[in-house]
Amino acid sequence: MNLPGIVMKIRYLLTATIVLSIVSLFIGVINIKPSDLLDFQSEETRLFFISRIPRLVAILLAGAGMSIAGLIMQSLSRNKFVSPTTAGTLDATRLGVLISMMIFANATYLQKISFAFIFALIGTLLFMQILNRIKFKDAIFIPLIGLMFGNILSSITTFFAYKANIIQNMSAWLQGNFALIMKGRYELLYISVPVLIIAYIYANRFTVAGMGEDFAKNLGLSYKFVVNLGLVLVALISTTVVLTVGVIPFLGLIIPNMVSLFKGDNLAKTLPHTALLGMAFLLVCDILGRVIIFPYEIPISMTVGVIGSAIFLIMLFRGKAYA
Amino acid sequence: MIQVKEITKYFGKKPVVQDVSIDIVPQKITSFIGPNGAGKSTLLSMVSRLMNADTGEVLLDKSDVRRWKSEEFAKRVSILKQSNFMNVRLTIRELVGFGRFPYSKGHLKPEDEVKIDEAIEYMNLEDIQHNYLDELSGGQRQRAFIAMVIAQDTEYILLDEPLNNLDMKHSVQIMKILRKLVDELGKTVIIVLHDINFASVYSDYIVALKNGRVVKNGPTQDIINSIALKEIYDMDIPVQEQNGCRICVYFNS
Repeated sequence: MNLPGIVMKIRYLLTATIVLSIVSLFIGVINIKPSDLLDFQSEETRLFFISRIPRLVAILLAGAGMSIAGLIMQSLSRNKFVSPTTAGTLDATRLGVLISMMIFANATYLQKISFAFIFALIGTLLFMQILNRIKFKDAIFIPLIGLMFGNILSSITTFFAYKANIIQNMSAWLQGNFALIMKGRYELLYISVPVLIIAYIYANRFTVAGMGEDFAKNLGLSYKFVVNLGLVLVALISTTVVLTVGVIPFLGLIIPNMVSLFKGDNLAKTLPHTALLGMAFLLVCDILGRVIIFPYEIPISMTVGVIGSAIFLIMLFRGKAYA
Repeated sequence: MIQVKEITKYFGKKPVVQDVSIDIVPQKITSFIGPNGAGKSTLLSMVSRLMNADTGEVLLDKSDVRRWKSEEFAKRVSILKQSNFMNVRLTIRELVGFGRFPYSKGHLKPEDEVKIDEAIEYMNLEDIQHNYLDELSGGQRQRAFIAMVIAQDTEYILLDEPLNNLDMKHSVQIMKILRKLVDELGKTVIIVLHDINFASVYSDYIVALKNGRVVKNGPTQDIINSIALKEIYDMDIPVQEQNGCRICVYFNS
């Protein structure tokens, strides 16, 4: 087995994630040494718990969540190029946030969440409906439609945001950024913990559903229920990530594909790898973004976008055309 | 026992299957034959409850297939469709394991592993059981799917054109396996076939369809003759006997 194949071993992924987590905790403008934490009263300890830990937890949950969301979508749509970014899910989520802000002058967190979730769900369902209607099922063609669909939603969002003078406010959700994460602003992400557990319990059913409706029915699986459940999980994860961190592009696309290349598509087997690789990858991107122009920061959506698109292109050119 | 009672299916306004009634003889191979668009695959889909009939009913053990609980039905009847080509990266063993899904819901118990081993051995796939499906040849992949159905352990095995895209050697291999499943394991096989000669040589019963209706239905020897074939295909097809096999020489008729 070649090097990337060995790296895919669960114990290496776990080690990498833990090491990177520790690195992430001790990088920042204010230098915190592990020894500082022994003093519970110190400024450093306070900062550590208000900012560094929440940031780490947010990265881990968002990294695992977006990767698993991508994996579920690719399985259910039977297309390796479908992900929250390339199916309009994230754009629909943002539209939902906008509408909640327009209807309620001072939208509460709960109102934003509900609208974002409902829109994410409707957007993804709509995309799946479009998929079902298309006769011409070229692998590349489908995500192109998804991107166009997303762009239409996005331009609607921009138009109304412009008219309502909340463009500034909206752009916060345009770019993923972990710099603003601190205690009290990220806890919504914990929703993805039960979501990931449900995803793991249903992993086998997602794999079966991913082999087509006829195949699933042959094995006695209630296909529609499993597909709808998968879409609800994806919408939940997307909502929580967009509302706390912002849009993180490509993650749901490249991580599941990298794992699939070496570990196959049996979700029960690949879910842990996908979650861990997503965490480790997002940690690397975040650490890079924090050190490159130290003491300033590059937003996570930019580092992930650059590194992710490079990896994606390499995979496209080198990989067998199996997608 | 599977009984089809006066089923009709429309695609839009066009009837694709009309008023079809057949009884499937247990522990035999029954082939559905007929020209393109005769409704063979649609009929098979309705028997396997992948599709619902507009009128009429399909009975499994005297009970409408639509009233069966889907996981119980999946333990009795399995279907392989020609569209089962896929780009999902699973190993043969994982695929065969999914055949146990109706029993295990994905959490394989030791007895499931035994069934999986048996199915893989029966199809001679031990050496390549950890290979991914997308690395296999067409014949190997078809064998892997049949192994999955064997693991599913149903009395009825339905196949929709399983010889599609297979060369002669692999087609013969697959048909011999189906014959073995009936003769050794007592399965009932229903199969949609395009090649009349494979139907003639390997099946016990033949149901011939044309324009959505059954035109001939009976034991193979009653169907494979020039008069019946004329009615089914509108062609004058001489039938020759070779080593006990009736061969339809349709190539220049």
